[in-house]
Amino acid sequence: MFFDHLVLGATDGHAEFLNGGDIIATLVVFLVLLFLLKKFAWGPLMGIMQQREDLIASEIETAENSRQESAKLLEEQRSLLKEARVQAQEIVENAKKQGEVSRQDIITTARAESVRMKESAVQEIANEKDKAMAAVREEVVALSLLAASKVLNKEISEEDNRQLINETIAKAGEVQ
Amino acid sequence: MDHGAPTREIFGLWFNLSNVLMLIVAAVIVFLIAFIATRNLKLKPTGMQNFMEWIMDFVKGIIKSNMDWKTGGRFHVLGITLIMFIFVSNMLGLPFSIIVNGDLWWKSPTADPIVTMTLAAMVIILSHYYGIKLKGLKGYGADYFKPMSFLFPLKIIEEFANTLTLGLRLYGNIYAGEILLALLAGLGGASVFGFAAAFLPMMVWQGFSIFIGAIQAFIFVMLTMVYLSHKVSEDH
Repeated sequence: MFFDHLVLGATDGHAEFLNGGDIIATLVVFLVLLFLLKKFAWGPLMGIMQQREDLIASEIETAENSRQESAKLLEEQRSLLKEARVQAQEIVENAKKQGEVSRQDIITTARAESVRMKESAVQEIANEKDKAMAAVREEVVALSLLAASKVLNKEISEEDNRQLINETIAKAGEVQ
Repeated sequence: MDHGAPTREIFGLWFNLSNVLMLIVAAVIVFLIAFIATRNLKLKPTGMQNFMEWIMDFVKGIIKSNMDWKTGGRFHVLGITLIMFIFVSNMLGLPFSIIVNGDLWWKSPTADPIVTMTLAAMVIILSHYYGIKLKGLKGYGADYFKPMSFLFPLKIIEEFANTLTLGLRLYGNIYAGEILLALLAGLGGASVFGFAAAFLPMMVWQGFSIFIGAIQAFIFVMLTMVYLSHKVSEDH
């Protein structure tokens, strides 16, 4: 084949050393193929690969951004939580103090009330005692009168009698 | 092996029409694969798009292993097209070959040294072009005297050696594969016993040729990037 042409005066009578046309054909076919593929296949394919690269890069960037965003939010939430906790602590403390104060108040009031009630009870008792004493005195006078009339068997005027007994009792009371 | 090539003279140039045909077939297949795979592109890739993206990343890896992506990015399209074109070309000759009137029509276009040498020369010329473009004429010229100025003749030889080895390595591998396949096919077609004897080695060799084809496509692109990086990188 090729080397046949290198032999001068080769038998098939071609004067050519080389198939010059083949060289041109090879170049033309290859370059046309190169051009067509670049236009119709490699170009779009490289474009899509570039696009994918860009997409991935932007996705990574977005992910990084949202990660930072969420970290920031988390920090914010954490500080808010801390604040809320402190506030709750304060509220509880206040409530405790308030409770202490009202406890003291209630105790004081109750104590005063009980003292007042005791005093009034004492007063009542004294009144009742006086009343009872008076009633007893009445009774004793009547009984004595009855007894004396029985003993003396002599009627004296009831008016005189009463006066007499009253005096006696008064004297008795003073003696006591 | 004893078949000729359908050569014709058109406008004073000799064309091997089978080469032209197979180049166009390979180009159409590559284009269809790439075109169909990149319809309906999605950000979340599926099916064929995954495959094409894998090829792109693969070539990107080859380039990145030789130079930084800032300089190497411009060779990405060249690298992907080269690797797919050479791979498909290598595969074309594997399933069958077609011979019409003693002329071999269907084969791997890369089983012809003209084609591979053209690709190799194109790559080397591109490397010189980008060397001058990116480093300036002075920086480009100075590279011939690094690291020692007496190595200058070797540097000149290296350029031609690179071209030759780049092209002929690919050609040799694929051509040898096709010769052995043709021999086995001849054996298989000879008789029933020949078919029985040829069946297993044929299968093994076809499988190995697929491997060779893939490896050679990879090596071609790898060396392309190595040569390009030698010319365009500041340090090497």
